[in-house]
Amino acid sequence: MTANLERHKYDIVVIGAGGAGLRAALEAREAGLTVAIVCKSLFGKAHTVMAEGGAAASMGNVNEKDNWMVHFRDTMRGGKFLNHYRMAELHAKEAPDRIWELETWGALFDRTKEGKISQRNFGGHEYPRLAHVGDRTGLELIRTMQQRIVALQQVDARETGNPETNIRVFAEVTITEILNENGKVAGAYGYRRENGAEVLFEAPAVVIATGGVGKTFKITSNSWEGTGDGHALALKSGANLVDMEFLQFHPTGMVWPLSVKGILVTESVRGEGGILTNSLGERFMFKYIPDVFKNQYADNEAEADRWYIDQDNNRRPPELLPRDEVARAINSEVKAGRGTEHGGVFLDVSKRLSAEIIKKRLPSMWHQFYELAGVDITKEAMEVGPTCHYVMGGVEVNPDTAAAVGVEGLFAAGEVAGGMHGSNRLGGNSLTDLLVFGRRAGMGAVAYVKSHGANPVSDSTIVKAATRIAAPFTRVGGENAYSLHQELQEITHNLVGIIRTRAELVEAIEKIADIRKRSANISVTGDRMFNPGFHLAFDLDNMLLVAESTAKSALLREESRGGHTRDDFPGMNPTWRQVNHISSFDGTQVNIKAQSLPVLPKELFDLFDVHELEKYMTPQEIAKGGSN
Amino acid sequence: MARTLKLRIWRGNDEDGALQDVTVEGNNGEVVLDIIHRVQATQMGDLAVRWNCKAGKCGSCSMEINGKPRLACMTQISAYGDDEVITITPLRAFPVIKDLVTDVSFNYKKAMEVRAYEHPADLKPGEARMQQVDVERSQEFRKCIECFLCQDTCHVIRDHEENKKSFAGPRFFIRIAELDMHPLDTLRNRKQTAQSEHGLGMCNITKCCTEVCPEHIRITDNAIIPMKERVVDVKYDPLRWLGSVIRKRDGIL
Repeated sequence: MTANLERHKYDIVVIGAGGAGLRAALEAREAGLTVAIVCKSLFGKAHTVMAEGGAAASMGNVNEKDNWMVHFRDTMRGGKFLNHYRMAELHAKEAPDRIWELETWGALFDRTKEGKISQRNFGGHEYPRLAHVGDRTGLELIRTMQQRIVALQQVDARETGNPETNIRVFAEVTITEILNENGKVAGAYGYRRENGAEVLFEAPAVVIATGGVGKTFKITSNSWEGTGDGHALALKSGANLVDMEFLQFHPTGMVWPLSVKGILVTESVRGEGGILTNSLGERFMFKYIPDVFKNQYADNEAEADRWYIDQDNNRRPPELLPRDEVARAINSEVKAGRGTEHGGVFLDVSKRLSAEIIKKRLPSMWHQFYELAGVDITKEAMEVGPTCHYVMGGVEVNPDTAAAVGVEGLFAAGEVAGGMHGSNRLGGNSLTDLLVFGRRAGMGAVAYVKSHGANPVSDSTIVKAATRIAAPFTRVGGENAYSLHQELQEITHNLVGIIRTRAELVEAIEKIADIRKRSANISVTGDRMFNPGFHLAFDLDNMLLVAESTAKSALLREESRGGHTRDDFPGMNPTWRQVNHISSFDGTQVNIKAQSLPVLPKELFDLFDVHELEKYMTPQEIAKGGSN
Repeated sequence: MARTLKLRIWRGNDEDGALQDVTVEGNNGEVVLDIIHRVQATQMGDLAVRWNCKAGKCGSCSMEINGKPRLACMTQISAYGDDEVITITPLRAFPVIKDLVTDVSFNYKKAMEVRAYEHPADLKPGEARMQQVDVERSQEFRKCIECFLCQDTCHVIRDHEENKKSFAGPRFFIRIAELDMHPLDTLRNRKQTAQSEHGLGMCNITKCCTEVCPEHIRITDNAIIPMKERVVDVKYDPLRWLGSVIRKRDGIL
């Protein structure tokens, strides 16, 4: 069975061709190693293209008071201090270089009057900080790196006659297994979506950059690809996931028409002056400013409106609170019966900006609402509501090298990695996260490959991986993958959603286990040729592990923080802030253990006003004043 | 709200296939891609369709609906009458892999043939200064989501396989125009190579590409025609030709 197998040997295999994967691959290629980029879609279609608002980097082009320390503070506040401090620090320090580097590869960001890269306001960011291209910033990132890869392939073509000598993209290939030999990574195994033909990659290092898990939920801004593949692959190969209870529900997804429910409405709409109102016409966000943010956010409309003109002497409008706060506020308004006809609230930018400026600054939003909902956002309000957008939890990594804890040769970057964003991610931090840590994962993998040699894959490992792929075709009359997926989405939506309780989480864990049991009996109709039923069978297996990890972590965390809200434990608890939840997989089920959060070192501790830290930390932590 | 839709969906591979009649429920506000997914989930578990973002941003679900190249995720079913049969077929300019999925690798090969952006050697990261008006011309072309509908509809290659070798197609003409108008790119003579290497001269500006572009990029007016005009200028005016050799920015209007 292994005789006709398609085999490839590379120094590094990158799974995922979104921003993090491409940045990692570029780093590895520039270091002179050979790289395979494997992606489920066509090259250039990754979910990063959906990122609209911008990439947060404290370049200080619009407000020169901005610097990495301010960015670091904002990121920690946004994450409610559950972030891995070292990741937040590296991110804040390196983000400007990563943006400027894109410009040397041909990216064209919007400009300030002085001709520098323009920066816009966003929720939770103290100064205008997001480099952007209208509202299609993610597309610009992907295209720039895609074209940079082509540029390097052109160099190889000139020098060796073959563009794919050092870097090759394997599009529409799904990885089903990370292969280990002698406890270390040896490669990856999967199939071509086009015809189901199996592919073996032998490589001593694998970078996981597979993005998120949104498709585990019913209402999501994620595309079909967001099935938690990397999270599950990492778990199954012996790595850990950290803090999987934290999911970001973006406050503004489309709610109507039904077919577009969940599709993202960029936060830039609020950054550019959009206001939120309920069905009574109340600008309700003023009622939802939490104590920890009282000093930064305006408590009246007059001040909030003045902020758009004078940011130095006024506090920010509460529409720009971190996403978790806004999502909960919208959820409460709708639950209290003050929602719109389709179960959302109104978001209106037409009263503050002219039609011309709206079309210029928010072109794809205008387009999206006009074409899909028949709404002209230059004249009328949008209807919006929360949508599952981003998973803060992910593979536990070493912040400097992006190496996965627990498995030698495995690396992870971007949304699939955990720690950087704590309990809640700020908008704009994800695009720079994937650049900063994509590069670091590439560097980490390069250093690892240079100090370790090849690690050949044994035939028995190949046979095992191949048997698993063949299995759904051997069963007849078993479960239908589509129905099981729908059942799972109902469970996560109803029982593991924005607001959680013990009883519902216990019920969810039982039901997820039941679906997992039944999923072992999935059968597939048709053959291996581009067969979506067959593809879903493997995606579903990944989503089930993610859902189990999320539900179990959520049950244990008896507090509310960021993207985890417990109705039965409504407050934030400083003791829980010291705890990370680590998921591991024993071959049968996901197990969760508590682990101490790394302590903020003194130099970073001292960047904050101690009275602010008192809102998050225990008196003992405050007295200690950092780790050294 | 619900209505019954009559579809004819093309099923098969590059060698053999046929239109199959399907009847399926549709709801108000749904797009053709929703309907295809419903057919997949309820009647044809192995119906092949390529899609991704479902918001008109990734350009994956390109197909032909009643003969017109379109994104299935941006095509409302309300655009079709109650008794109208909706015929869904794969992109005609590319080989079929299965059902509605085509092999678009032609486009990636052409992308490889366009010389990449070249940054000024002496300009360090963070030092670039450009005016918004100057970046906007290229930004229009960088909106491209690579759905390849323009490539599909372009009659130079749609029914002329033999032209594919020497013709890059509208998507790559805007790529060349984008680089040509890029305020920092240092590579010279992009317009001339568009003509000599990428088949710009084969385009006879029927604007079909502009019509199908879901991003409303004015491919013909803003990229192809200006390049054609300048190529002609430069080609027949020895002084302008000399100028274009000496300095790169010979401008485009």
